[in-house]
Amino acid sequence: MRRVTIPVAYMPLVDAAPLIVAHELGFAEAEAIGLELVPAPSWSSLRDMLGFGRVDAAHMLSPVPVAMKMGLGGMGTSLAAVCVLSVNGNVIGVGRPLEDRLRAAEYGFDFEDAAAAATALKRASTGKLVFGVPFPFSMHVELLRYWAERTELGLDSIEIRTVPPPLMADALEAGDIDAFCVGEPWGSVAVDRGVGALLLPGRAIWQGAPEKVLATRTDWAETEPDLLGRLIRAVWQASRWLAKPDSRITAAQILSREEYLDLPLELIDRALSGRMILSRKGEQRDCDGFLRFQGSAATFPWRSQSKWLAHRLAAAHGMAADTDAAAAVFRSDLYRQHMAQTDADLPGASAKLEGAILHPTAVASSRGELNLLPDRFFDGAVFDPDDPG
Amino acid sequence: MQNRLTVVVVEEDRDRATGIVDALMKTGDCDVYVIGNYTSLARKIAEHAPDIVLIDIDNPTRDTMEELTLASGPLDRPVAMFVSGAAGGLAREAIEAGVSAYVVDGLAPERVKPVMDTAIARFSMVRQMRNELAETRRALEERKVIDRAKGLLMKAKGLDEDAAYALLRKTAMDQGRKVADVAEALVTAAGLLG
Repeated sequence: MRRVTIPVAYMPLVDAAPLIVAHELGFAEAEAIGLELVPAPSWSSLRDMLGFGRVDAAHMLSPVPVAMKMGLGGMGTSLAAVCVLSVNGNVIGVGRPLEDRLRAAEYGFDFEDAAAAATALKRASTGKLVFGVPFPFSMHVELLRYWAERTELGLDSIEIRTVPPPLMADALEAGDIDAFCVGEPWGSVAVDRGVGALLLPGRAIWQGAPEKVLATRTDWAETEPDLLGRLIRAVWQASRWLAKPDSRITAAQILSREEYLDLPLELIDRALSGRMILSRKGEQRDCDGFLRFQGSAATFPWRSQSKWLAHRLAAAHGMAADTDAAAAVFRSDLYRQHMAQTDADLPGASAKLEGAILHPTAVASSRGELNLLPDRFFDGAVFDPDDPG
Repeated sequence: MQNRLTVVVVEEDRDRATGIVDALMKTGDCDVYVIGNYTSLARKIAEHAPDIVLIDIDNPTRDTMEELTLASGPLDRPVAMFVSGAAGGLAREAIEAGVSAYVVDGLAPERVKPVMDTAIARFSMVRQMRNELAETRRALEERKVIDRAKGLLMKAKGLDEDAAYALLRKTAMDQGRKVADVAEALVTAAGLLG
């Protein structure tokens, strides 16, 4: 087999692990490809690098390819989300002034109950709450909006601003923002700098949120099927390794290196182990499934998930409700095609009711062993992709 | 007579910002403002109601600009990233030069072009200087490693400096590697054994 090097852009985050591990531990090599990992300075740069062909694949916020298909934001290149790289992994946190008021009101920081957290936050706030997020099209924005509109908090009492995560702690300290929703390690960085406390994991709002996807240009995905297949399989093997409990420390070690996250191993391990430190007081909460890389078809690009994203984006931006074309950027067809020769247990369907699984549930699959993990929304709502409402 | 264009340059480094402003002023057709402090960036940009915003492509605060591309952003005039239509070729050039430009919707391409040409030239120059600096630094580092490797060989094998360098060069040629890489390997090995 000819060995080809594929340039892949990523943001230095804990959830870039599948790509970094595929490169470092030889999963890419086993598929006879090399990965040239290119760190991006911002999500817009990452998108441009992919759009203009500087790289052929990228670690991307799951709503970005959907939003681009809908004509939102700059650049109109057609992208394909060929697999999900990670499920969940975000945290919502508050700055010191809010933290102090929440503590004064004897809020327990249970890091679990999203409705109770919203009620406490509403009572502790004195005006509109400004939340920092990494990018206008992100699961961070979607989770915040979903949470605010379905709790006492209310959509009208929050304002969402884009703040690059490395500057999030500064923005909190300067009082530019009151709170934030970011991916790890940035929540833990804010905690360790003593400028904020963690309030909720993203999974307290939606237990099955597709966080990052592996994106390519649609034309590349269709003209380079062989390379695409090798890339998807290499990343899948890497995430299978990442899902093993024994891999955790090694993974944290690799990510902590100077060329990747350049942060202490202990800080990175919090997201991987789900043992989060909430504040400078050192309170620890265990959050099972804080960030998932594999198991329960985590890497499968469900059409119902892109449909949910398209539906939410259309509503937020006052657009017409035909979201089928946008939802089709999650390429479950390509994923099936390229994963068929592996021992992966592929689900029988490409769409499901989102939020309907309350307990681990066996579903029809290629090997008949697939259990889907709970994917509940905090308010118990169920999203039907055939009847988005 | 057309109105003058308002250009905002987002740049922390004062010297770089001054260089860009001076170059743009020479085009004569625009007022240029610099924002060097990124807190409340979107609000500060909106206060200037710019026609064009220029920002280094490697600047992480670029993502804040994306917010302005949405109609619901704090600018009442939506800006678009400079990528489409007649300006498409320019956009690629700009990205290669390391500058991203956001342009108010509906601004005629021929009005944008002089500003973009200047910005592209300026950013290319800075990028080239940056690359040269990095190259000089790398060359210096290599020099240091080669000197240490020579020192190790002189001591271990009783060679003079020229003979030590000749040995390094011959080994590199035989193995099809760079002298600096062979020197690096030797220094690392010596460190492990020492």
